[in-house]
Amino acid sequence: MSASIAFMDLYSRRLWINRFNLAVSLLTMLIGLFWLGWILLTLFEAGFRTLGPALFFTMTPPPGASGGLSNAIAGSLIMAAMGTLIGTPIGMMAGIYLAEFGSRGWLAPVTRFINDILLSAPSIVVGLFVYEVYVIHTRHFSAWAGTMALALIVIPVVIRTTENMLRLVPDSLREAAAALGAPQWKVITLVTVRAAKAGILTGILLAVARISGETAPLLFTALNNQFWSLDMNQPMANLPVVIFQFAMSPYENWQHLAWAGALIITLGVLVLNILARVFFRNKSPTY
Amino acid sequence: MNAAVLQPVQETLTQKIQVKNLNFYYGGFHALKDINLQIPERRVTAFIGPSGCGKSTLLRTFNRMYALYPKQEARGEILIDGDDILSPRQDLNRLRAKVGMVFQKPTPFPMSIHDNIAFGVRLYESLSMREMEERVEWALRKAALWEEVKDKLKQSGTSLSGGQQQRLCIARGIAVKPEVLLLDEPASALDPISTGRIEELVHELKNDYTIVIVTHNMQQAARVSDYTAYMYLGEMVEFGVTDEVFIKPKKKETEDYITGRFG
Repeated sequence: MSASIAFMDLYSRRLWINRFNLAVSLLTMLIGLFWLGWILLTLFEAGFRTLGPALFFTMTPPPGASGGLSNAIAGSLIMAAMGTLIGTPIGMMAGIYLAEFGSRGWLAPVTRFINDILLSAPSIVVGLFVYEVYVIHTRHFSAWAGTMALALIVIPVVIRTTENMLRLVPDSLREAAAALGAPQWKVITLVTVRAAKAGILTGILLAVARISGETAPLLFTALNNQFWSLDMNQPMANLPVVIFQFAMSPYENWQHLAWAGALIITLGVLVLNILARVFFRNKSPTY
Repeated sequence: MNAAVLQPVQETLTQKIQVKNLNFYYGGFHALKDINLQIPERRVTAFIGPSGCGKSTLLRTFNRMYALYPKQEARGEILIDGDDILSPRQDLNRLRAKVGMVFQKPTPFPMSIHDNIAFGVRLYESLSMREMEERVEWALRKAALWEEVKDKLKQSGTSLSGGQQQRLCIARGIAVKPEVLLLDEPASALDPISTGRIEELVHELKNDYTIVIVTHNMQQAARVSDYTAYMYLGEMVEFGVTDEVFIKPKKKETEDYITGRFG
């Protein structure tokens, strides 16, 4: 009899501990989501009414006039695309080196350590670095400088994800390919990288999401341009710097455009993140 | 080790692989000790012994798989058709094209069933589309998989069941027409029916290939092999005709292991 009472005591105590922990973790999750929800709500509220065709087809206006963000959107797309195009191959090759050849020697551990530092370096440092080594020597801000800064942010992200994803590929797969007489470069390009494809692609998408919202590295490199310009050797308009400039201004129409720009970036990043998730879920191989 | 134990071959056979004074090291660990062995051509030779006795290690020296990893080293001689494959001049990729291997866990490549087979063939031969299709069909038929996959050659190799995946790996191994086939516990992850299929396959394949199989399953060794080697703690304890090793082993240790008193 007493044994069964003791058992019930234990059981109800565990039940209550379980409920308490569940409630606390739910609460913390809600706190996190609350801020995110608030940010999104504010963004939509403030940015949505400016959202319209004019936003995408007219250029940044002078104070008081009506206009859109077409030059900034185009500039952001161009620089993010170029930065990704330059940063991805470098990052992937370095990641392949670390994962496939990094088991011997001192070069790989040192590279990995430096990459970790680069990964967590404030992006303003990257901007200042490009300013120092490129902008000062060419004596003008340019889209190329902006592209370089963005590529420098892409590289460590892609290195890290490529290496991690390749490490998830079991050695037995490498052995199986080598056992057929395949030279190492074919094992890597035709089998290992292919097996890690979904993960690497996810990493690239996340890197794109990261650079599309960066302001600091562009401030000292691409600067801004109130005209339509696709010349990579000239300053180029881009969303983050336009938002920074317009939001700080006293002109109401500029402030509205800043909100709309922020909304566009957020939606773009959201779409990229969702794409990354879908890729990773559907295409990750099962071992 | 006296020489009589190691020369059990009564029938006159060509020796495909000759192992002479082979020692193997994982860093400081001495994993194989003075192995001497002759593996006859177009026969099935089984390596048995408790876990960690070195049978997989020995198998992995025949295609120098160990060379993928630093700190693993083999000393001695392994002659395949009279050529020492441990010599530094040996081209590893050519060796592995000649000595195929199938692993414990199925390892289909992340590509279609057709491309899984074609992958190895493309490395050393340039076949026309037609010839390649014929080769793929030939290999899949040999591995008793053709009937099950002939309508879905474009599907991913990873979509097959475990047993089918393993037969795909065997098909991939024989598609490049190797001379020796190394099987490292090929059926240990499979159900009894798939295991039976693989054993039948081994029986069939020995007409064309020299087969070396590592197995934990002694019944399997008795069923599929012509010769059996019993290894313990990195040493070759006994090697002989399978029936003799199983029915009247020359060494007490072998008898203890086979009858289940040890291991």
